Amino acid sequence: MSDVLTFIISRFNYWIYIVLMMIGLYAMIAKRNYVKKFIGMSIFQTAIILFYVSTGVKSGATIPILEHGHDIGHAAAAINPDHYANPLPHVLMLTAIVVGVATLGVALAVVQKVHDQYETIEEPEILFKLGQE
Amino acid sequence: MSENLPFLVIAAPLFGALVASLVGWARPRYCYAIAMVSLAAGLTAAIALLVKVSGTVSGYEYRLGGWPPPIGIQHWVDPLSALILVVITAVAFLAVMSARANLQLELPGKERFVYPLMLLMVTGLSGMTLTGDAFNLYVLLEITSLSSYALVAIGRGRAAASCLNYIIMGTIGASFYLLGVGYLYLKTGSLNMIDLRQIMIAGDMHGSQTVITGFILITVGFWIKMGLYPLHGWLPNAYSFAPHAASNLMAPLMTKVSVYVSLRMMLSVFTPDFLAVHALWAQTALLVATIAIIAGSLIAYSQTDVKKLLCYLVVAEVGYMAGGMWLMNRAGITGTIYHIAADAFMTCCLFLGASGLIASTGSRHIRSFRGATRRMPWTFAAFLVGGLSMIGVPPTCGFFSKWFLIQGAIEGGAWHFVAALIFSSLINALIFFRIIELAYFKDVEHEDDVSHPPQVQRNEAPWGIRIPLFITSVVIVLLGVFSPRVINWIERFVDSVGVT
Amino acid sequence: MKVFAFVLVIVTGIMLVVTAADFPAWGDAHSPPNQYLSTHYITQAEHETAVPNMVTAVLADYRGFDTMFETAVVFCAGLAIAAILGHEKKKRYVVRRKALPKTEEGDIIIRMATRFLVPVTQLFAMYVIAHGHHSPGGGFQGGVILAATFILMTLAFDLKTILGRFSEKMTLIWANVGLFIYAGIGVLCVLLGSRFLEYSALHKILPGTDEIMARSHSMLGVEIGVALTVMSMLFAIYAHLVSKGRLEDGL
Repeated sequence: MSDVLTFIISRFNYWIYIVLMMIGLYAMIAKRNYVKKFIGMSIFQTAIILFYVSTGVKSGATIPILEHGHDIGHAAAAINPDHYANPLPHVLMLTAIVVGVATLGVALAVVQKVHDQYETIEEPEILFKLGQE
Repeated sequence: MSENLPFLVIAAPLFGALVASLVGWARPRYCYAIAMVSLAAGLTAAIALLVKVSGTVSGYEYRLGGWPPPIGIQHWVDPLSALILVVITAVAFLAVMSARANLQLELPGKERFVYPLMLLMVTGLSGMTLTGDAFNLYVLLEITSLSSYALVAIGRGRAAASCLNYIIMGTIGASFYLLGVGYLYLKTGSLNMIDLRQIMIAGDMHGSQTVITGFILITVGFWIKMGLYPLHGWLPNAYSFAPHAASNLMAPLMTKVSVYVSLRMMLSVFTPDFLAVHALWAQTALLVATIAIIAGSLIAYSQTDVKKLLCYLVVAEVGYMAGGMWLMNRAGITGTIYHIAADAFMTCCLFLGASGLIASTGSRHIRSFRGATRRMPWTFAAFLVGGLSMIGVPPTCGFFSKWFLIQGAIEGGAWHFVAALIFSSLINALIFFRIIELAYFKDVEHEDDVSHPPQVQRNEAPWGIRIPLFITSVVIVLLGVFSPRVINWIERFVDSVGVT
Repeated sequence: MKVFAFVLVIVTGIMLVVTAADFPAWGDAHSPPNQYLSTHYITQAEHETAVPNMVTAVLADYRGFDTMFETAVVFCAGLAIAAILGHEKKKRYVVRRKALPKTEEGDIIIRMATRFLVPVTQLFAMYVIAHGHHSPGGGFQGGVILAATFILMTLAFDLKTILGRFSEKMTLIWANVGLFIYAGIGVLCVLLGSRFLEYSALHKILPGTDEIMARSHSMLGVEIGVALTVMSMLFAIYAHLVSKGRLEDGL
């Protein structure tokens, strides 16, 4: 029993990201209001960011900035990689965050345009008005 | 300098986009010239790259920033990516050439946005073809997607409403890809495609659940992006309501590049051996592709809107390629790659022809083809070359790609796929013969009044659309005539990845 | 639709949960992603690029090509939003003013506080950009803080006033300048006989540097370019979104 518990607790970051991601996915598909859909989209992307960042964690490690970095001639051999968190996921997710913001911005702009045209952002009402054209 | 060719292909449209957005603020009419010059530069660089690759054994790498591959980002140029790159830049050149005439009719005053966005999209597409880094591909995919969302939403009428679903589906697809790459990264610690393959083979990870799920996520992500049938929901509306200038560029390229990337992932990252282990997937994928072909063709047949009809033909064609790559034999893969090139030009030709037709008649209904042989003989003839290629009439390139796909399907014993291909050809024949009938035998008015043939006004499409249309139709025939050389070139790649 | 979504979510969720059992545990320093490339970046980054902040080194140098397109994504989004919402012919409503207006409506406390906050925040943003080599920070973060100061000003005053000082045209120009700086540094490397974005080639024209210090200095240049693009495009996106593209009265 304790094995199972340890197993579950040692991977809690994955359970959180899966739950968040599924909430986002559900909102994107099932919600009828487009702003809610895009909120779901944001949650969805954030869950992936959480996943990546959590893979770079090392217990007991500090941020990936070299201590005493100003001292020129710091010997590379003296650096213990286990003391610093993995910098690569941070870099990748900086990119993904920017992409997420950009997508959300474009999506909101399109929602505004649709609202100008149809005076609603509810999917069924837009479809109804499209059917009338 | 010749070592720097891969970067030139990407930098030319990127700088073009920057300059066009700046100049466009003050002088929008110069945007067109800037876009054409930068795309011509990109095309030249791509052709030079093709020539350069023909001299190497399997391809060569270009290290961005000078870092060795797993540490830095690498461009990998092999016969496949060089060929696709030439196709992309050529189709983009032709599609953007027609944009001016279309934009004057549809979106006057938006030139300063449309050209930079188109150039950014071409930048992303060329980058996706060249890059050897799985995460870099995601960034380029997103830049392509963002510019295409904007190009769709910029249109009038229903364009913006159809763009909303496009954004949602596109984001799900791209995010699935990102997550899939994350899974591979978690298992291997690397992001470089070649490195990923080597680590997975060396560590014998092909049975690992993480790798399998990663593969499924990546494949489904790109199925959404390429618009394979049950996941195609966004494609027809987005492409048919987009401004013609935008759909001429997007319809031929977006789906094809997604197919290419998917193929690249299957062959270069997950080896054919890995796919052979999981035989069930190939059967599922072939079944989905078969359904996609049949459904796409049938829905296309029932359409009366010309652009919608073409969009559903694109859905059917995606089924060809998605199925062909899962045949996993030499003929099937060769046919798929050849079809990527052929279909890019075919779709471009048909969309250009449709936009020319709409430009001169003002109607999108299929009835506006009436009397087209007399009103616009040249435009219609060029459009028809694309149509005949869709049907698969020799010597157009559509015949040869279908030939190889059917051959591969027979070798692989996928008879339902063979049947779907033949069925789709028949439906395409029906569609295009219906158009020919309308165009040749029915006049604009007085269709029953045979004794008094009306004076028909010559009403060709604008030159701005006709010239790229003619070039495209010539390319379709040339690609068919020189198919043995192209096929040889493709087989060089197919043999190098070990498909038998 | 709801049933379909629910089934899809459950199926996908089960697939992901089953896969997660195969994953390394939280905080495992010996998992593959924390070993292979990570070790190289941590131990070699300072040695190879003279930048102690490994994130900056990886972002701007090892994976500089990614970052260039990331900047291009921001640029593309700004352009896209202007294209979607922008109106074709705009009235010339922008009046250039020497000082911020004194008799506008709104709360005087907020306006006075903004006057004090903005210069300090902008100074801090520049510190974040310039000190990104040694502390958390860099072009994106600094650019976002800069954009936030403009947004703060539009909230305290109004959109028209701020656009009079930082107009749509200026945002476009500065975003272009930013990307030109980034891509231009890359092209400069090519012109100096090296590969795209291989900053070490720049030691030939940067006085008093060797190949490694040239990388460090070029990263600063690149970060400044990123900051300019992010600042101007995020502000442009905000201005378009709050005014439905009319760029007149915001929130």
